[in-house]
Amino acid sequence: MNTMNLTLKIWRQPNTAAKGELKTYSISGINDHMSFLEMMDVLNENLQKKGEDPVVFDHDCREGICGACSLVINGRPHGPQQTTTCQLHMRSFKDGDTIYIEPWRAKAFPVIKDLMVNRSAFDRIQHAGGYVSVNTGSAQDANAIPIGKEIADEAFNSATCIGCGACVAACKNASAMLFVSAKISQLAMLPQGQAERNRRAEGMVAQMDQEGFGACTNTGACEAECPKQISISNIARMNREYLGAKLSSNAV
Amino acid sequence: MSWITNTLTSTLGRKLSMSLTGLFLVSFLIVHLSGNFLLYKGDGGEAFNLYSNFMSTNGLIRVLEIGLLLGFGIHIWTASILTRMNSAARPIGYAVQKTHEKVSWFSRNMGLSGSIVLFFLIVHLINFWFPYHYQEMPMVDIEGKPYKDMYGLVARIFHDEWWYSVLYLIALLLLGFHLQHGFASAFRTLGLDHKKYNSIIEGIGNIISIILPLGFATMPVYFWFFHTV
Amino acid sequence: MTLDSKIPSGQISEKWSNHKFGLKLVNPANKRKFDIIVVGSGLAGASAAASLAELGYNVKVFTFHDSPRRAHSIAAQGGINAAKNYQNDGDSTYRLFYDTVKGGDYRAREGNVYRLAQVSVDIIDQCVAQGVPFAREYGGLLSNRSFGGAQVSRTFYARGQTGQQLLLGAYSAMNRQIAAGKVKLYTRTEMLDLVVVDGKARGIITRNLITGAIESHAAHAVLLCTGGYGNVFYLSTNAMACNVTATWRAHKKGALFGNPCFTQIHPTCIPVSGDYQSKLTLMSESLRNDGRVWVPKAVGDNRLPTDIPEEERDYFLERKYPSFGNLVPRDVASRNAKSVCDEGRGVGATKLAVYLDFADAIRRDSEDVVRAKYGNLFDMYQQITGENPYKMPMRIYPAVHYTMGGLWVDFNLMTTVPGCYALGEANFSDHGANRLGASALMQGLADGYFVIPYTVGDYLAAIGQEKIGTDRPEFKEAEDAVRKRINGLLSMKGEKTVDELHRKLGLTMWDYCGMSRTEEGLKKAQGIIADIKKEFETNVKVLGANEEMNQSLEKALRLADFIELGALMVQDALDRNESCGGHFREEYQTPDGEALRDDENYAYVAAWEYKGDNQSEVLHKEALKFEYVKLTQRSYK
Repeated sequence: MNTMNLTLKIWRQPNTAAKGELKTYSISGINDHMSFLEMMDVLNENLQKKGEDPVVFDHDCREGICGACSLVINGRPHGPQQTTTCQLHMRSFKDGDTIYIEPWRAKAFPVIKDLMVNRSAFDRIQHAGGYVSVNTGSAQDANAIPIGKEIADEAFNSATCIGCGACVAACKNASAMLFVSAKISQLAMLPQGQAERNRRAEGMVAQMDQEGFGACTNTGACEAECPKQISISNIARMNREYLGAKLSSNAV
Repeated sequence: MSWITNTLTSTLGRKLSMSLTGLFLVSFLIVHLSGNFLLYKGDGGEAFNLYSNFMSTNGLIRVLEIGLLLGFGIHIWTASILTRMNSAARPIGYAVQKTHEKVSWFSRNMGLSGSIVLFFLIVHLINFWFPYHYQEMPMVDIEGKPYKDMYGLVARIFHDEWWYSVLYLIALLLLGFHLQHGFASAFRTLGLDHKKYNSIIEGIGNIISIILPLGFATMPVYFWFFHTV
Repeated sequence: MTLDSKIPSGQISEKWSNHKFGLKLVNPANKRKFDIIVVGSGLAGASAAASLAELGYNVKVFTFHDSPRRAHSIAAQGGINAAKNYQNDGDSTYRLFYDTVKGGDYRAREGNVYRLAQVSVDIIDQCVAQGVPFAREYGGLLSNRSFGGAQVSRTFYARGQTGQQLLLGAYSAMNRQIAAGKVKLYTRTEMLDLVVVDGKARGIITRNLITGAIESHAAHAVLLCTGGYGNVFYLSTNAMACNVTATWRAHKKGALFGNPCFTQIHPTCIPVSGDYQSKLTLMSESLRNDGRVWVPKAVGDNRLPTDIPEEERDYFLERKYPSFGNLVPRDVASRNAKSVCDEGRGVGATKLAVYLDFADAIRRDSEDVVRAKYGNLFDMYQQITGENPYKMPMRIYPAVHYTMGGLWVDFNLMTTVPGCYALGEANFSDHGANRLGASALMQGLADGYFVIPYTVGDYLAAIGQEKIGTDRPEFKEAEDAVRKRINGLLSMKGEKTVDELHRKLGLTMWDYCGMSRTEEGLKKAQGIIADIKKEFETNVKVLGANEEMNQSLEKALRLADFIELGALMVQDALDRNESCGGHFREEYQTPDGEALRDDENYAYVAAWEYKGDNQSEVLHKEALKFEYVKLTQRSYK
């Protein structure tokens, strides 16, 4: 087990309206088995002992699935590994390193405090059509419509998005297209999603624009940083869905 | 807002405009290059001058020229709107930013490469298109008729104005990178993405991004080194 | 107080349909005149909110997360059981019912469990219709796998992320109702108290986690869908924010707490690596199909596992349970791992781990075959530990995973406070003393989609449409009490951080009320918990103010309730003088060291009534009647 001493440059911002700044902290005795967030826990414990305000950051399941954790670490969303911050371990760093820790940066993700941002824009996009309208109890037998394994797997791949927002954080345009396209794709591929296909694509894209996310330049940064390896092909599929919807739907 | 303006002003609509105009401009580059190869016919510029004359006098071509102007205009105008939107989407940047190694520098800097190409385009128009249309030009006789000597102009500029050739080559290099990302990206924006065809599209994009600039680049090199006026 | 479980009489297969027919209905046009509060947005909460809104009720949903999609249901890996019998392997509603009652070591209600098995099939239909991408065969039909405690393949799954996909399905159904204006969503809003007016649950007090605003919300009924309390142990496989506050506050307002000591310890988790550890990660139990569990025979053998020769290894599960071997049930595997570590034969730096070795499987089937089966789990292990499990045996140790206990509810899912319901893991549930794998998701969705939409109407039809305003004194009093609690914590300015005290509580619970329990240990724990409570009430350090995002304050409020719950769990464990399922009292075991039930004296649900601060809780017993499943001793030899 190696222990290390680190310098942390952490974004501190008391609330949404306040102006934030990077503050420097030294931390010692960090061992390489710790997860990155456990290192942050140790820092917070130290700060509290000294009577200083602990650093606020989002986190919950700490097993890479809830999508709560965020943090841009040394310029990369979720840090140097293609995983979530909670699954990043300190063995990815070495003694004496300086680590910059910043919040997701996007107009649509305002900072709440320190490293915590408001991602409710993602929810509002889902409200705009990320569902199949089926009332409880009115479903037919689950095996009534066969769905080829390839399609089911592909839909699953799109559905594994954890809604963390790393795609937005990584994109030079703070675009949310990987997130939005993953949901549109999942339902566009499945027979259950067909009835509302046009409405969904139009509604979700319109809401995405309204939230103030940027456009897609197809650089592939979102896909490269996505902890769940959501493919950029989803974005092409969304473009297709959107155009098809615009050209064929009855919404004037 | 009608559904058309509504569509065209959405982020996806604007990207669609970029994509369609971009591909249209690629087709223009191909035509432009093919025509320019007449410079090499070895007939003292006769065919090239006839071609230039045809291009500037044929009614249909003049109409297409308006289309071309629109293509450029929409491509550039939309790009500027998108650039503003995109920077507004991240009002506060990162103190440290490290781009993933899979992401190419040029894909992130299409605006920059495009702007340099635009700057070149303006110089290019001032040098060739503007004098041809609006200035007195030396004339040559071809089969008894006087024609503006575009060939001579090309040869003289590439031969005498070294700075122009340098700018021309730099712009072509950037155009190459612009096309390298832009071509495949345009297809993605159109929603054309398929396991089977992606590599083909990318391959064509790579070829175009090399062949077109290379083809154009032969011209200053030819006139500079091998041609005497 | 007499507990009326409201289990209908008659044939078990007819109970639920007869009961449904007997329930009063609310006219469709009148449903919009009723308000329902749903606390929690996991499988139970989201499915209930969506279903009730579809019926026409006005629903308010509260979650302390930034989005409903973060609820901890998302982390469930394995799958969801349903008696579809798509595999033609002999499954039936009755068999699922039977397996669940038996798996729960005969401490669950037959009527509830049968209903659960009945509606399980509808859940799968509903989820598929929502677009949940379950695993499928090439022909396009749904795929199944088998799970512990069953001899049929009835588990539907979406790779290792079934909970995620089901939650996103329920979340999407709820989103549809949010868009339709029938559900109002409050995110980053935590329930801090239940408001009871004239003996009925009429609302809740919440704190806005961003602004600190304390607010009252009134409704005709309150549904608590707030999950389990495994984090009383500090370290568990639960998410960091999982807590007992909502149910505990309801408990203090009159809802009895059922079987608090029934906790499930999962045997295959990545062990603790140091004091800084914040959470434990589960590794799917499917690994025990090919991995062999062992420790060195000698105490203090510090050689690398690969250097220890075969004859110096103790494959203790294979040795003790020759017929089930490494595939004994969760509680048995966990207890045996603990006892070899207690003997000092544990491995790794902390000596609190056993090996799970795939060397034989790799030799037999090749590394590629093992990778194809467990690749993602091996990767996860390597990510967390930095060790390559293809070369070195994994180190695993049991960890707290699920709590079978929870608020006592009747057949209608109503607690002993009229109008206050508990759904999913928050109620004392259908799992008895031990939950079978892939049954948690089933129960959460059964409660939300298919039980509560019927039963809540019965209550609402009876109480009428009259609205209660938040200007009632009961709301003001509850708000003031919440403010007082918060101010008390913020003004304490003590020495100990919340996490320090929580770790101490967790360790106490783990040592004395964890995998195995003794009268002596539990009594000792009572003393320690009382000390922790005292220290918390006099010496805790919570910085900052209420009127801001204050994560220490959130944790402190939750810890206060965990401490009180911990004391009740110990009391319950002490009171239950038998061993059953997850509750193992060392005094009560068979000569071979297996759990020894006492059906004569303890075939009941222990439901505890809060009597006031610093007063002992009062035990009420709901006798369990077994008319269909015969009580037998489990054996895995």
